[in-house]
Amino acid sequence: MKFLRADLHIHSVLSPCGDLDMSPTNIVSVAAMKGLDIIGITDHNTSRHCELVSRLAAKKGIFVMQGAEVTTKEEVHCLAFFENIDALKKFQEFLDANLPEIINDPEKFGHQVQVDENENILFEENRLLISAISKSFEETEAFIHSLDGLFIPAHIDKKKNSIYSQLGFLPANLNADALEISGASSPSLFAQDHPEINSFPLIRNSDAHFPGDIGSSFTVFYINYPSFDEIRLALKRKNGRKIIME
Amino acid sequence: MKITDIITKLDLRVLSGQNGLTNDVSGGYVSDLLSDVMGSAKEGDIWITLQTHQNIIAVGALKDISAIIIVKGFIPETDTIEKSNIENIPLLSTELDTFNITGRLFELLKTE
Repeated sequence: MKFLRADLHIHSVLSPCGDLDMSPTNIVSVAAMKGLDIIGITDHNTSRHCELVSRLAAKKGIFVMQGAEVTTKEEVHCLAFFENIDALKKFQEFLDANLPEIINDPEKFGHQVQVDENENILFEENRLLISAISKSFEETEAFIHSLDGLFIPAHIDKKKNSIYSQLGFLPANLNADALEISGASSPSLFAQDHPEINSFPLIRNSDAHFPGDIGSSFTVFYINYPSFDEIRLALKRKNGRKIIME
Repeated sequence: MKITDIITKLDLRVLSGQNGLTNDVSGGYVSDLLSDVMGSAKEGDIWITLQTHQNIIAVGALKDISAIIIVKGFIPETDTIEKSNIENIPLLSTELDTFNITGRLFELLKTE
């Protein structure tokens, strides 16, 4: 087995807050430069850039965890990842069906564009992607798991859009595959105040919106090779696999 | 003021937690961030929110909230209703939005 560096929370230019330089091509070259082995593409309430990033990343030997950062009804941000394109497409349909009809104002929130590998614009999402979908935290979790995906509440230590800020504490019977701690905080200090988080695997990512942020925080996975299933097994600490937070 | 008086005067619908309807209301608090409610709501407050997640009951129990008013006719999740009945914290429903129900409740509590 080997130690592989993973930054599983990266926004592309498709997220309104994602920098215009966060094109799939750029994300992959910066990730390669930073020595990342695995990256997660997690735009707000959309997965439309995952396929292209995966294809470009494969050429550089980087594995992509395909998913999104979904905003639940309670405005809790959660990472969702799927093993194959069928599940990802079903999740995209779920997002499209449950995103409210609030139109984006690019001047205020930023552009929401899907581009090709040469950075030509292919599609512009009109609906504001940072809106909350109409499904609850538990409904979202259940849907992600019905597609055999991974459900990871994001940046739980943040004062906004985190499970703690929105819902006060971890809900009873929380069915999460891991919890994400943001790069800015100290996991051990946060765990002192919230010891209940220690019963979940903890990961740490950059939540990059700008190229320079990619890989600024990451998690090391001790696994056989980069794959969705190996990462799932590492989160469960199966057969010697493990995760190490940097 | 008794919760039952508030229910009548503000035309609220009781969704659950009937055993808590004898609770006294000493004040009110309005917030949709549960972390904020945990920090700032006071014992005996009636709490107005649009959140319907089960955690509202745990927060209510922790802070000794007298009742929770859910705005805009939102329907709480099943586990929220169940926990409300266990903790005897009434869940009350209004079709009004937060601004309007808060204004009416404020006027009502001011008369005390």
